[in-house]
Amino acid sequence: MQPNLLRRAQKLTHRPAFWGFLFISPWLIGFLIFTAGPMLTSLYLSFHKYDLSSITYVGGENYRRLLVEDPLFWKALKNTLFYASVSVPLGISASLAIALLLNQNVKGLKLFRTCFYLPSLVPSVAAALVWEWVFNSDNGILNTSLRMIGVTGPQWLQDERATPWAFAMMSLWGVGGARMVIFLAGLQGIPDSYYEAAKLDGASGWKCFRNVTLPMLSPVMFFNLVLGIIGSFQVFTSAYVMTGGGPNHASLFYALYLFQNAFEYLKLGKASAMAWILFSILLVLTYIQFRTSKRWVYYEGGDK
Amino acid sequence: MKRTHRDGHPATRTLVYGLLILGAILFTVPFVWTLATALKSGEEFASDPGRVIPKQFVWDNFHKAWTALPFARFMVNTVMITAITTVASVISGSIVAYGFSRFEFRARNFLFYTMLATMMLPGQVTQIPVFMIWRQLHAIDTYYPLIVPAFFGGGAFNIFLLRQFFLGIPKELDEAAMIDGASYIKIYWRILMPLSGPVLATVALFSYLGQWDNFEGPLIYLNTPEKYTVSIGLRMFQDSFGTNFEQVMAASVLHILPTIILFFFAQRYFLRGINLSGIGGR
Repeated sequence: MQPNLLRRAQKLTHRPAFWGFLFISPWLIGFLIFTAGPMLTSLYLSFHKYDLSSITYVGGENYRRLLVEDPLFWKALKNTLFYASVSVPLGISASLAIALLLNQNVKGLKLFRTCFYLPSLVPSVAAALVWEWVFNSDNGILNTSLRMIGVTGPQWLQDERATPWAFAMMSLWGVGGARMVIFLAGLQGIPDSYYEAAKLDGASGWKCFRNVTLPMLSPVMFFNLVLGIIGSFQVFTSAYVMTGGGPNHASLFYALYLFQNAFEYLKLGKASAMAWILFSILLVLTYIQFRTSKRWVYYEGGDK
Repeated sequence: MKRTHRDGHPATRTLVYGLLILGAILFTVPFVWTLATALKSGEEFASDPGRVIPKQFVWDNFHKAWTALPFARFMVNTVMITAITTVASVISGSIVAYGFSRFEFRARNFLFYTMLATMMLPGQVTQIPVFMIWRQLHAIDTYYPLIVPAFFGGGAFNIFLLRQFFLGIPKELDEAAMIDGASYIKIYWRILMPLSGPVLATVALFSYLGQWDNFEGPLIYLNTPEKYTVSIGLRMFQDSFGTNFEQVMAASVLHILPTIILFFFAQRYFLRGINLSGIGGR
């Protein structure tokens, strides 16, 4: 029996499938321990009251309280929706615009590309500190510049009407990062012959952009849109460092409120329920995008 | 490259350059201003905050920022954590990508798409249970929670980038080596890895950035100030020295600098790694 087992083991190691599975196993094990297991646990916790020492089953109470009795939950959700609806479209348009400009066979491409890329390399805490002083109402560079053209800027981080805009504006600083590079890669992947064919048909400028560039770029656009929305719903560090959620909860974003509930108030059941509400919202939004994508995303040669 | 046909009209060219220069200035202003502020005296900042070149360069701000807190300590901690997680992500990620790109096995595509789908999962869903795991293992206030996850592939996006790159390397190379009797491990290490410089550099830079920038992780897991990383150390600095703009800016510059230096060295490989892996578009 022993030699039989050995032979079977030997046979197994001769099969490529065994090796393939072995090589991906680090990810699979990590997925089970750090993703799949925790997802189930978190769903379980969301129906309980849990503070690290005692756990009680409360049914849907966490969800009910959040949705019906917690004005801050709605405030945080509204803040986040506003942030997403401003920063995602602006961010995608700006990163596409930069990519288009950089793709114009310009001189000094490397220098320009570096200028646009560098801000996205700044660690988020350092970025938050820098912007805190950019927005400083007396000495900040923003209001100092505005004063030069005779405009009195608002108190960006103290006035609750201005704060949401300040955060949206700050998010634009990073648009030259990965998103822009992905657009640029997409632009460079469009074969020149397509433009030449369009030109022969008498299309130029805007028409070329509308009928060649945009459709060819739509898969990349879709990728950026899906991940951009998901990312914008998780804005955390900047608000935590710059305002702590203030003034008057104007920058209390969803992820910040969730973090406070989890690690400051130790309401881990409530925080888990918040996480699942967030996940559900993102699932619905992503599903809608995938459904509507068939109408505007163009995949060359079918499915790839 | 192959873009000559888009050279266009002189007026268009002027517009393109005008917009590029304007944009480049807007994007660099916060940098220049941060550096300028970091070099000013407190009085000059108060009286003339907009001035780009300080009247007098106060290098002492850096010295003060460095010594006011155990900043050197934070730097050493962060470098250590980041170095380990970066190497671990590159190696484990490329092994996983090798498995996904070169082998047929049951449920491979299902597992691959599952992996891609995890990119859409907000971290908040798993955060609390993962915290409970580490607490159970008595690993709160240690570096394990920050380091260990990197050994499991280093994240879906990195694995995806690596796999895309590996798919572009001709399989004939593997097959030829196999006929010569090379093992799978040898093929991975001697054939795929040496040919993958750009994407390895890209993934290394992403992993580095992810960890160097990591704020929420250290915030949740580290309690003892001596164990802090730069990002939460900087936040602590803001609390205690928040009114000395110049010093806060000097400390921020110290946090940014290593990344920028690294980027300049990795730049050549980095952008090629992304270009070649192109997403969705082809």
